[in-house]
Amino acid sequence: MHGVFDIVGPVMIGPSSSHTAGAARLGLMARKILGERAVRAEINLHGSFAQTYRGHGTDKALIAGIMGMEPDDMRLREALELADKRGLSYDFRQVELQEAHPNTAVIYLVGETGRVARVRGASVGGGNILVTNIDGYEVELSGQYPALLTIHHDRPGVITRVTQILSRYEVNIAFMRVSRQSRGETAMMIMELDDEPATDVVEECGQVPDVELARAVPAV
Amino acid sequence: MINFSNLVELISIAREKSLPIHEVVIAREMHISLRSREHIIKQMADSWMVMQESIERGLNNTEKSLSGLTGGDARRLRLYSSKAGAEAPYLGEAAILAAAAAVGVNEVNAVMGRIVACPTAGSCGIVPAALYAAKQRGASEEKLVLSLFTAAGIGMVIDQNASISGASGGCQAECGTAAAMAAGALVEIAGGGPEKVGEAVALSVKNLLGLVCDPVAGLVEVPCVKRNGFAVIEAMLAADMALSGIKSVIPVDEVIGAMDKIGRALPKSLRETSQGGLAVTPTARRIERELYGE
Ligand code: SF4
Repeated sequence: MHGVFDIVGPVMIGPSSSHTAGAARLGLMARKILGERAVRAEINLHGSFAQTYRGHGTDKALIAGIMGMEPDDMRLREALELADKRGLSYDFRQVELQEAHPNTAVIYLVGETGRVARVRGASVGGGNILVTNIDGYEVELSGQYPALLTIHHDRPGVITRVTQILSRYEVNIAFMRVSRQSRGETAMMIMELDDEPATDVVEECGQVPDVELARAVPAV
Repeated sequence: MINFSNLVELISIAREKSLPIHEVVIAREMHISLRSREHIIKQMADSWMVMQESIERGLNNTEKSLSGLTGGDARRLRLYSSKAGAEAPYLGEAAILAAAAAVGVNEVNAVMGRIVACPTAGSCGIVPAALYAAKQRGASEEKLVLSLFTAAGIGMVIDQNASISGASGGCQAECGTAAAMAAGALVEIAGGGPEKVGEAVALSVKNLLGLVCDPVAGLVEVPCVKRNGFAVIEAMLAADMALSGIKSVIPVDEVIGAMDKIGRALPKSLRETSQGGLAVTPTARRIERELYGE
């Protein structure tokens, strides 16, 4: 059973927990996966998101999230104007995806140093979200837990070395998922953790041989 | 650990320990969240602050929503509420103000203002408006904040045994649950014991069983905004009935069981898909065309 603040809550900007609050969290998640300020956003909306995004302020909420705002941020309403002022350019497109949740967005971000991220996720109800694809890797990320994301060469022992580091720092893994595009190439690992990993932990994971990148993705 | 999976359990724990329902809910929350009583009560008091801000804003709101479908009705009702003599509102000033508050919070939601989902955004006006009515007649801040835990406990039980989402259970799950939460909270604020809280929930839920979710153009506005006004009045009546000693013939957990079955039996077209009911009326179709084009 849920807790009291799942029922009396969340505090949010209206009008819809799925189309506004959840959209803001999706945007925020994409921003955290990118790991730096975004200067360009291309967003494809599918299903009910595509049909009703203007009436629900889904576009404003996504952009607000991409600028780092929480779902209860009063500036969410003016997010599009704010984006212009802050040098974030954006485009929305309506698309039809195969077998996607009706409230799905595919968010392509370019960061200030040129980093890119492609995040596909859905707003699954009550403001909850599920990110299902990052940069082509199938994932399952709810944003409810802080996470550690790695991209590494798909070789024996890499995963063990990363989890050993976490265990040494006494960081408990709640959920874990590894996804690769094909055998022996690169793989993405997402570990949802009970506590936010410290910067040293993330850096140490990033130094493991065959790990190309390790990044903390805080809970949203 | 204190836990409950239905209302009879919640009520009997309260009885056994001679505690009000809100204390049982707080004890469970402390256990699952590992946070202190003060922390939890403070967070709820903060939510109550946001609720009150949304009421104030709503009662004075003249702004139209993004779609232009709603906005300004709460203010209309508020101005009407104080009419006297032959023009006085049938329901009396207090009830009309409560309805105005409920409509107002939902208007604030529709203009992208800040609200507390309770249990959802579409039904966010009902519980705050009921508490606002209790505050108008002198209930203390502390009592109001604590009653929100009783409301939450009721919502948790309905969530567990039926649904609180329009997409899975229709609007009985959203406005129906919110009204039940409000009714239970009002009974507790007025000094009714745990059993009477249960009766109020049963009476309230029964009356909104089968309520469908058919929002025009897929937006949380029509019928949602005005429905919040109706639902708070319904909650107040359910609380008054329970406080007067009226009992539901069907016990509360059986009523919630019926709510679950009805929600499952509702066709998909009447569960937030905007493919049935009000959403497919000629006027709704015209509105849709105006908003989204062909
Ligand atoms: S009609 Fe549907 S969208 Fe509107 S309040 Fe009810 S459940 Fe929510």
